[in-house]
Amino acid sequence: MSYIELIIESLGTLKLNKMRTFLAILGIVIGIGSVIALLSLGQATQAMISSQIESLGSNLLTVNPGSTRQGNVAGGAGSKTTLTLDDAAAISGSTQITTIAKVSPELSRRTQVTTGGSNTNTQIVGVTADYLDVHKIGIATGNFITDRDVTQMTKVAVIGPQVATDLFGVGSTPVGQTIRISGKTFTIIGITESKGGTGFMNQDDIIFVPLTTAQKQLFGVTYLSSIALEAKNADLMTSAQDEVGYFLLTRHKISDPAQADFSIFSQADILNTATSATGTFTALLSGIAAISLLVGGIGIMNIMLVTVTERTREIGLRKALGAKKKVIITQFLIESIILTFTGGVIGILFGLIVSFIISKLINAPFIISPSSMLLAFAVSTGIGILFGWYPAKKASDLQPIEALRYE
Amino acid sequence: MKTTPIIETFHLTKIYKTELVETVALSDISFTISKGEFVAIMGPSGSGKSTLMHIIGALDKPTSGQYLLDGIDVGKLSDDELADIRNQKIGFIFQAFNLLPRTTTLANVMLPMSYAGVPKQQREERAKKYLEMVGLKDRMYHTSNQISGGQQQRVAIARALVMNPSILLADEPTGNIATTQAEEIMAIFTKLNKEGHTIVMITHEPDIAKHAKRIIHIRDGKII
Repeated sequence: MSYIELIIESLGTLKLNKMRTFLAILGIVIGIGSVIALLSLGQATQAMISSQIESLGSNLLTVNPGSTRQGNVAGGAGSKTTLTLDDAAAISGSTQITTIAKVSPELSRRTQVTTGGSNTNTQIVGVTADYLDVHKIGIATGNFITDRDVTQMTKVAVIGPQVATDLFGVGSTPVGQTIRISGKTFTIIGITESKGGTGFMNQDDIIFVPLTTAQKQLFGVTYLSSIALEAKNADLMTSAQDEVGYFLLTRHKISDPAQADFSIFSQADILNTATSATGTFTALLSGIAAISLLVGGIGIMNIMLVTVTERTREIGLRKALGAKKKVIITQFLIESIILTFTGGVIGILFGLIVSFIISKLINAPFIISPSSMLLAFAVSTGIGILFGWYPAKKASDLQPIEALRYE
Repeated sequence: MKTTPIIETFHLTKIYKTELVETVALSDISFTISKGEFVAIMGPSGSGKSTLMHIIGALDKPTSGQYLLDGIDVGKLSDDELADIRNQKIGFIFQAFNLLPRTTTLANVMLPMSYAGVPKQQREERAKKYLEMVGLKDRMYHTSNQISGGQQQRVAIARALVMNPSILLADEPTGNIATTQAEEIMAIFTKLNKEGHTIVMITHEPDIAKHAKRIIHIRDGKII
């Protein structure tokens, strides 16, 4: 029998036994579909988590002043007043520093804010225009603080959505209205986009004012509480840290790095923690994928084993009528290939549709990973073909009469 | 009448072994069947007649002894050569018909020819010819579960004949069908034998056995 004839014969057999064919294909569709849906959803969730971490700013370095020391008693980190606006200007103006894209000097304090009848206690941050880029803040309404505001020491404020809600009520857009910070009146010029976060990390519960205004008019200081630096890219983080560290040591005339009156904290440190968390998540995902592949594979194995073993008598009959072993095995192989490929293609579509629907429901990105699709397809069809072939081979090894008597 | 031996067996034995017991199904069976004969093998159930038939039909192997079919030592053949023997020299008719389910009678009769590599056009012609011969011309496109037991057995006969084998083997061919239809089957056998076909048939019914020209009796695995 030629291969074309065998293919026609196999298709005929599959068509004649519609229920059996349907069940086998269904088994394979579920097997492959569930693996693809699970993998795709897992990857979507992972992408969602990493994009949330990215939004914190992956290229961020923070220079904090060192802690004060009286005798053997160390003060809290950042309690020194060694960082100044001149340091920040020197970093951004220096030709020695090549790895830094933007510099954002900051002065941050918590204080009471009032308006009309309501008040709140919140974080006041004196910033320059670059803060927006360095911290990847988005503006929902109005504008952010400009360099002109900083040089002219204007009394304007940009507030976070949480502050807007606390002071003006839910859904309000109080641009143009005024608030009082430490007894001074500020005009609201913008509201930032919500960034999420809770407690001390709540980036929505914050008020930005021009740095100079904060220093001179609100808090009466000349130092900074930190300088945020944006490296040109994430790979330069370590060298940027070294470069800035060396530069500031020289500038502050300190020869022993252990005596430094500042510390540089890299967002990469946070990112490392986050990456190891996503790494755990990736491992979890791989575990889920492996289990679903296993479960899907066993499902496919079962349906193929059952449908082919059930046909042992048919194999005996075909042998009794003069079919050679090779012809029988080839026919069953072709049938398995047709079944698993049809089931595989439908299964991929099914998996994609399911993950698309769920990703829309949970508002996650819809991610197609060709490699995982290929893996699911290869493993499932491999198992399908193996367990279509194996019982056929076993049955065709029997004497025809033994196969015919098979119950 | 000149006698060309077509089946010759020498000291055939078949022993089934399980872990606990050895069952002797056949012991020291030697006989000859010549071309053109119509032989019935009779015996009570468990006598070993079916086992003997399966060995003659190359569906099973004897534990020891020699079996010549058309002068060929079947015991020395490979699996593929045995498949060819079953395909070309033997037409086997089973008690349970053993047709492919949900498949048309025509396709069932064509099956042995597809394994023999007969061109497709010829397959259909020959299958139709034999179906007509067994009186099923108007049942060619019925599937095997749409026709009666007697009709199914006639399809099986057509399938057994379609490769023009040296010998027809029938294992209780009327065991699963009604008496009136059994007579029709036997009429076909008688006619085939007259046309020169060699037929070996197993039965335990004397009414059926009487159609044969020679009867071999078996009991407890021995010819008596």
